[in-house]
Amino acid sequence: MAHGSTALSKEYIEVAPSSPGQEKGSLTRIVQKMVFTVDHKVLGLMYIGSGLFFFVIAGIMAALIRIQLAVPNNHFLEPDVFNRFFTMHGTAMVFIVGMPIIFGFANYLVPIMIGARDMAYPRMNAFGFWMFFFSGFLLYASYFAGPGLYNAGSAPDVGWFAYSPLTSRAFSRGHSSDYWTLALFSGGIGSIATAINLIVTTVSLRCKGMTLGRMPLFVWTFLVVAFLVIIAMPPLAACQIMLLLDRYLGAAFFDTQNGGSAILWQHFFWIFGHPEVYILILPGFAIMNEIVPVFSRKPIFGYPIMVAANLMIAFISLGVWAHHMFTVGMSSVGNAFFAITTMLVAVPTGIKIFNWLGTMHGGKIRLELPMLFCIMFLFQFLIAGLTGIMLAVAPFDWQLSDSYFVVAHFHYVLIGGLLFTIFAGIYYWYPKAFGRMLDNKLGHLHFWLFTIGFHVTFFPQHISGFLGMPRRYYTYDAGRGWDLWNLISTIGVLFQALGVFFFVLNLVWSYWKGRKAGDDPWDAWTLEWATTSPPPDYNFEHLPVVHSRRPLWDLKHPDDPDWKYE
Amino acid sequence: MEFINQPTAPEEEIPWRLPSTRKAGMICLIITESALFSIFVVAFIFYMGKSQNGPYPSQILEAPWLASAALIGSSFTIMAAEYFLKRNNRAMFNVWWIITVLLGAYFLGFTAYEWHDLIYEKHLTISTNIFGATFYSLVGLHASHVIIGLVLLTIVTITSLRNKLDHAHHEHVEMISWYWHFVDWVWVIVFTLVYILSPRYGIQLPPV
Amino acid sequence: MAGTFSGARADEPLRPIANMFDPLSKPAEMIHDASIITLIICAIIFLIVTGMLVYVTVKYRSRGEIDERKEPPQIYGSSQIELAWTVIPIIITVVLILITTRTIGEIQDHPVPKDAVHIRVIGHQWWWEIHYQKPGAKPDEWVTDFTIANEIHVPVNKHTEITLESADVLHSFWVAQLNGKTDLIPGLKNHTWIEPRATGVFFGNCAEYCGTQHANMQLKVVVQTQADYDAWVLAQKTPPPAPTTAEAIAGKKVFYANSCVNCHKVDGTPAAGVFGPDLTHLATRLTIGAGIAKNNEDSLRTWMHDPATLKPGVLMPNMQLTDKEVDEVVAYLMTLK
Repeated sequence: MAHGSTALSKEYIEVAPSSPGQEKGSLTRIVQKMVFTVDHKVLGLMYIGSGLFFFVIAGIMAALIRIQLAVPNNHFLEPDVFNRFFTMHGTAMVFIVGMPIIFGFANYLVPIMIGARDMAYPRMNAFGFWMFFFSGFLLYASYFAGPGLYNAGSAPDVGWFAYSPLTSRAFSRGHSSDYWTLALFSGGIGSIATAINLIVTTVSLRCKGMTLGRMPLFVWTFLVVAFLVIIAMPPLAACQIMLLLDRYLGAAFFDTQNGGSAILWQHFFWIFGHPEVYILILPGFAIMNEIVPVFSRKPIFGYPIMVAANLMIAFISLGVWAHHMFTVGMSSVGNAFFAITTMLVAVPTGIKIFNWLGTMHGGKIRLELPMLFCIMFLFQFLIAGLTGIMLAVAPFDWQLSDSYFVVAHFHYVLIGGLLFTIFAGIYYWYPKAFGRMLDNKLGHLHFWLFTIGFHVTFFPQHISGFLGMPRRYYTYDAGRGWDLWNLISTIGVLFQALGVFFFVLNLVWSYWKGRKAGDDPWDAWTLEWATTSPPPDYNFEHLPVVHSRRPLWDLKHPDDPDWKYE
Repeated sequence: MEFINQPTAPEEEIPWRLPSTRKAGMICLIITESALFSIFVVAFIFYMGKSQNGPYPSQILEAPWLASAALIGSSFTIMAAEYFLKRNNRAMFNVWWIITVLLGAYFLGFTAYEWHDLIYEKHLTISTNIFGATFYSLVGLHASHVIIGLVLLTIVTITSLRNKLDHAHHEHVEMISWYWHFVDWVWVIVFTLVYILSPRYGIQLPPV
Repeated sequence: MAGTFSGARADEPLRPIANMFDPLSKPAEMIHDASIITLIICAIIFLIVTGMLVYVTVKYRSRGEIDERKEPPQIYGSSQIELAWTVIPIIITVVLILITTRTIGEIQDHPVPKDAVHIRVIGHQWWWEIHYQKPGAKPDEWVTDFTIANEIHVPVNKHTEITLESADVLHSFWVAQLNGKTDLIPGLKNHTWIEPRATGVFFGNCAEYCGTQHANMQLKVVVQTQADYDAWVLAQKTPPPAPTTAEAIAGKKVFYANSCVNCHKVDGTPAAGVFGPDLTHLATRLTIGAGIAKNNEDSLRTWMHDPATLKPGVLMPNMQLTDKEVDEVVAYLMTLK
């Protein structure tokens, strides 16, 4: 079926016909374009590319951590090096891998999906990107800065949640806490700017006919994510300002020697931190909501409920934070309250899983790579959600908190959940961004190696948690029952690394050699497939007018359009 | 795609009006700033009455009624200015707008004077005690937002005085006034907490 | 260095496997019961939903050539099904909430019996300071009977009430077979309790990141019969015998001549420092350095040469002792029974 002219198909780095007379392809032009661009598509790809770069670095740190923990009483990493590695791994993965990649997807896709030409504030968009990039640079620059403690650089070594009073001047001499604070503060400003941009774009720039009830669920989900960002990131900024005041102006917000409260940091941090993890996982849901229907050949089951579930998850997630603090000695009433709210958030999340299954049911499922990753997401996110319920049972959490069980839980959410959908999204939309399909064989190698490696690494950690192994331990004794699980866990790293290697190889190889994709390689239904691959700078030659949630379905099936049923 | 514009359904003659990007953007900014202020407010409330040493609020705080009236009043004068801008009465707009700026500047000046007094006469700094930390951080956060607001107001003043402000800028001016209203009404909350409630908590001592 | 332990007694078996599913104390058993029910419910949900996933993937995968014209029936949703899979999770959630709140109340609001042993644990970077309350002291007035470091002894089948405090940063007290963990927070007093029903040496770990040697802040809880416990208490309150050998006497002099007494306490001597662990009955303990090494001559010698060899980052400085001084001090320390 014809999908309009392909004369506009060009590589993304080329300047589109809107700027005739410029040469394509020289390195100077590419770098200039990236530095000065305000185009949401270029920024989106820069976000994802930078995020993947930091992902590889933080992943190498994780591999080194696992080597140190492979056997008891290992001397591969000194304690201080180890403590910096786990802090940097966690901080980087959340703030300069997870956040930029999800913002990259939103940046690239939301304007196209709503039939707009760009985001509402293109320059602020670029500002947001460069703030993130600066924050990543600052975080890693800490390794090269100053003598720090034990003359080994000043990289943060206080854990990714930087509990006080460990971060006070008394216990963190040197500037490691400051690098953590300032890097995340700048990144936070960028995130808030991008989130505001997303909200305004979604609210004010939708094409004609696209009511809120006809937006793709991807767009809906990111609208909810953006609201969470603007509400939840300021608390992090606030407590970081307070920490800086403590460290440099003698204030005592968290200084227990002077009347401050160590617990207050935890409250403020987790008021940010819990919504933050929903900010990270909701985009995974957004990607699922687009891929699962297309590869099941049916619309999403229960669109209104999916919207409502997102809203409920976001709203409830603002009230569960102290489930990270069940062990700090809150009263039984306090503990019970947060246990209850945490279990409540499981209900809308469970509903979503059922709705995805309902979408697949009765369909004609195409087991291509995007869908394979989505199916594994369902399995892995189910496990993650169930271990989350176990942690919500506060007395169970009194045993499992700060143990490897928690490490297993959140890696099942973030790798088994978020990263798998990121992979799915990349296999799905890479053809749109670059005009070429990713290679299938390399993709399958990536998929199988990574999936196996992921489970081999993280499943045993549930067991070492049950057997009492605390987290953030640079070493452990033999004879505690932890040896075997740690060894197995480390072996899985090899498979994951190989999987990622094939993935990166695929990204690079397919850029030049991938099969040409055309406008709509997956026979999908949302507006991004109505323009060329890659889209021109201005996205659409004519801004679309839509009448249903699946405008391309209506065009491809004029005898049975969606708007008759919605 | 050419043919996506061809009607495939009965044309809906509903006018397609979406909220302006400026309004949506300013509302988002106000939401995010409110979240930031909330944490400092919570910290202030949490630590009320918990200072381990003086000076205590009951001893040294004097409620700045006049300056607060000036700031809240400037919310009304800015509404007056907007009223005149809508009716294209440039001269009256300038008058009321400049009065707004002056009221805001007076508030800021008074804050500076008050802080000078607190630091040098009453010996309260950010590191003196917990009250000092929460007071200066909360009031300081607010004052920094007043400064930003004054900068925005001044830009509009200069633009208007140079006759470059026209009807098309009405929405820009309105958004700046929304920001200013936000700053003013946050002060109501801060004022109530700091000057009315906190002297009643903790150790009660006669004024210094 | 391997953090293992010098010999323990046959009737106090070593219990290095901190398995929460092998609880040997009342609160740990309460947690265990709630946890098993939760685990079973989650396992059932897992099997059902995974079954559904496998079923839809296998049954509805597209077979043969992809025929673009033949799409499956486009179903948009179903209110009845939505209701069903909302109501059932809500019911499960309510059940879990009831179990959870009941267990929370049982453990946190447990009454303290009159004959409970009262202990105060103060966390340090990276060791545990323990105070025992004088029996008969008023419940809200603390009077220390004696102090010890890194090793707690309690009588079996009795309630021991533990107050948790910190001298520096956050720590967490976790002996999985005895109870869930509770944090030690500077400026706050937290409480936990144990009621062990079997004797043995239970292994505890710090469970809140507290700096460089967080991994090596281990704790031993020795649960003994009432008679053994009483004897132990008596021994703790008795000052150690004076050293008799020439080397040990010289070692005691070295101990006083250097600044050891500024940080360490030995009952019955002028040494009364409180920054470091109490050394009064060091020789009776199972390990040194909060579990970093067996308590024997070799480890002690290495430690006295330079503690950072065993525990890099430790706050005890290298005392710059000569080899001879080290031998003498070690001989002295080994008399502290």
